[in-house]
Amino acid sequence: MNYHWNWAIFWEPSPEGWGTYADMLLSGLFWTLATSLVAWIMALVLGVVVGVMRTMPYRIPAAIGYVYVELFRNIPLLVQMFLWFFVMPELVPAELGRWLKQMPNAPFFNAALSLGFFTSARVAEQVRAGVEALPRGQRMAGTALGLTLAQVYGYVLLPMVFRIILPPLTSEFLNCIKNSSVALTIGLMELTARARSMQEFSFQVFEAFTAATLLYVVLNLVVTFGMRWLEKSVAVPGYIGSSRA
Amino acid sequence: MFANFDFDVIVRSLPYLFLDGMTFTLMLTGLSLVGSLFIGTLIALMQLSSYRALSLLAVGYVNLMRALPLVLIIFWFYFLLPWIGQWVTGASRPIQVGAFTSALVTFIAFEAAYFAEIMRAGIQSIPKGQIAASQALGMTYWQTMVDVVLPQAFRNMIPLILTQTIILFQDTSLVYVLSIPDFLGAASKVAQRDGRLVEMYTFAAVVYFIISFAASTYARRLQMRIAVVR
Repeated sequence: MNYHWNWAIFWEPSPEGWGTYADMLLSGLFWTLATSLVAWIMALVLGVVVGVMRTMPYRIPAAIGYVYVELFRNIPLLVQMFLWFFVMPELVPAELGRWLKQMPNAPFFNAALSLGFFTSARVAEQVRAGVEALPRGQRMAGTALGLTLAQVYGYVLLPMVFRIILPPLTSEFLNCIKNSSVALTIGLMELTARARSMQEFSFQVFEAFTAATLLYVVLNLVVTFGMRWLEKSVAVPGYIGSSRA
Repeated sequence: MFANFDFDVIVRSLPYLFLDGMTFTLMLTGLSLVGSLFIGTLIALMQLSSYRALSLLAVGYVNLMRALPLVLIIFWFYFLLPWIGQWVTGASRPIQVGAFTSALVTFIAFEAAYFAEIMRAGIQSIPKGQIAASQALGMTYWQTMVDVVLPQAFRNMIPLILTQTIILFQDTSLVYVLSIPDFLGAASKVAQRDGRLVEMYTFAAVVYFIISFAASTYARRLQMRIAVVR
């Protein structure tokens, strides 16, 4: 291979006028983290609400939850980002649309918003699966104690559900981090976009993508180990997953 | 809100959208499915192999692929393949492989990691006694796998394979970053040429929704039916 390797490239100043190529990638990592964290918080809140709605003994909330999940699950994330970024500002009143388009960091807000909705549908499905996996007796016991439906969910079902679905939630969080890279299509300068522009400026393709790859792998390991620790500390005694008997 | 919605631009571009764009999307989905299912099954067998080196290699591959965003892998292969081509053929300069080959190789390599996990679960769902029985009958490893274990593993995993295929179908929209006119790419080209972003992107969303929704509803039914049989 007559490719000219140059691993020192990271310490050279980037043509953007500030910092080195390494700084450029780190700023990308920052936006990747910021986008996925905001999206994840949004996805957790919405996902729990919708997931609970789908398991409630009433028809209308269940139906709304079903439509919500199917809508956000069956359109590719890239298309959803385009809808929020290009289509939504045209459909709202002109004044608001202009404001949305000129907002500073518009790609960031749009990416976090679409990624949040997209991920929330998946979280909702996991919450629903978690609630359905609980023995029916738990709900009945709660009701028998005279708790309202909200109290049954809040004090009995959801605390159990969160502990059960922690492993799939971890992979969903990792997906959320990875999916934030789709936002490069709407101009968010996250990690993959930064690696791509580093390659365009410096022609050092493999160094740029190797660095991005390593950063993603490290991020992955940190999240995985963190969640495994969390899983251990909230494990329900007596369940197969827990080491305590 | 839809007062100046121009349906005409959609109608005018239908042939381009479907004959060029959707054909490309479906072809990429289909070929990637076949390729990645085959390679994914081999990787699953490697993961379960009693040779430690093989299983470590396979586990490492699956974990690496699953740690990286698809967009990054698309870029990786787009720039890497010409160099691999040069290395394999011994040519004097990187071989241009074209966007389609690059996209196809990317999706096969990426989705193989996911199908490997599905097939591994499938293989592990087969009772151990069957392997012992096959060996008692004098079958070799490959006869046991190809004639006894894999057909059942595959059958048990059909709903999951279908679900993963829907994800694959949606993921192919990401070849947009290589400016390939797949369905979304075609819609986007028309949108930018005619200044009709609202119409084209909304239409693209509706089409993706209808196809994925129909397929995922079918996958759910299938899952229930298979669950009853077992």
